Amino acid sequence: MTTTDQIRKVTTIRAPQAKVWSALSVPENFGYWFGSRIEGSFTPGERLKMTIEPTKVDAEVAKEQEAYKGIEFDAWVEDVTPQSRFAFRWQPYALDEGIDPADAPCTLVEFLLEPVADGTQLTIIESGFDNIPLDRRARAFANNERGWGMQIELLTKYAEALV
Amino acid sequence: MSVTAVFAALGDDVRLRLIQKLVASGPSPMGRLAEGERVTRQAIAKHLGVLGRAGLAVVRRKGREQIWTIEPARLREAEQYLEQISSQWDLAIERLRTFVEEPPEA
Repeated sequence: MTTTDQIRKVTTIRAPQAKVWSALSVPENFGYWFGSRIEGSFTPGERLKMTIEPTKVDAEVAKEQEAYKGIEFDAWVEDVTPQSRFAFRWQPYALDEGIDPADAPCTLVEFLLEPVADGTQLTIIESGFDNIPLDRRARAFANNERGWGMQIELLTKYAEALV
Repeated sequence: MSVTAVFAALGDDVRLRLIQKLVASGPSPMGRLAEGERVTRQAIAKHLGVLGRAGLAVVRRKGREQIWTIEPARLREAEQYLEQISSQWDLAIERLRTFVEEPPEA
């Protein structure tokens, strides 16, 4: 496993495992904090249609997501193991027009839960970036889609302020 | 050199293809890079100039030919893509936290 292939996040959330599981495994809940409307059920094999809709938990972030409102993307549910693992595949980059998302390389996103003394340990792993050709990654950078474009704008402003 | 120039340089189909060709074939004369492109040689020269100024490729002369070579260090910076996604996940975690955690005692 190379370091360029995956992103891993580990954090402790001060809430019971059942509550965190509900935030992950119920589509409406997931969409509420993530910032998307989700069509489809969280069952293995299901193809989900996700539409960016500003998050309701953070007004600042919501304002930023407003620009991407309505952008659609697909995800495929891989695994739903109650209370412990939720996983799906998706494409963390913009697809060319006319390409069926089902034919394009995906990354795997896994949410793993484990009870700990002061709440729930959440591990998020997104892996498979090495399957995505470099030009796709660069494109994801350049396109105003899925939020990465916004990062570029922020970075541009930051860089300009430094001059 | 601003990182903005690197992103701007990569945000174009022709330039992305030129980068791919340079990665795949190693040092290449401009004529070969222009092969199969639907734009003029002058346009290719211009695109290569953008890549050069962004520090993504370097040129040297061999007789009358321009030989272009990829500059891997700059390209690696473009891989900060992973870091961008990583920070997106950090933000997502904070939103999840806000959603499930009880507000702290006042």
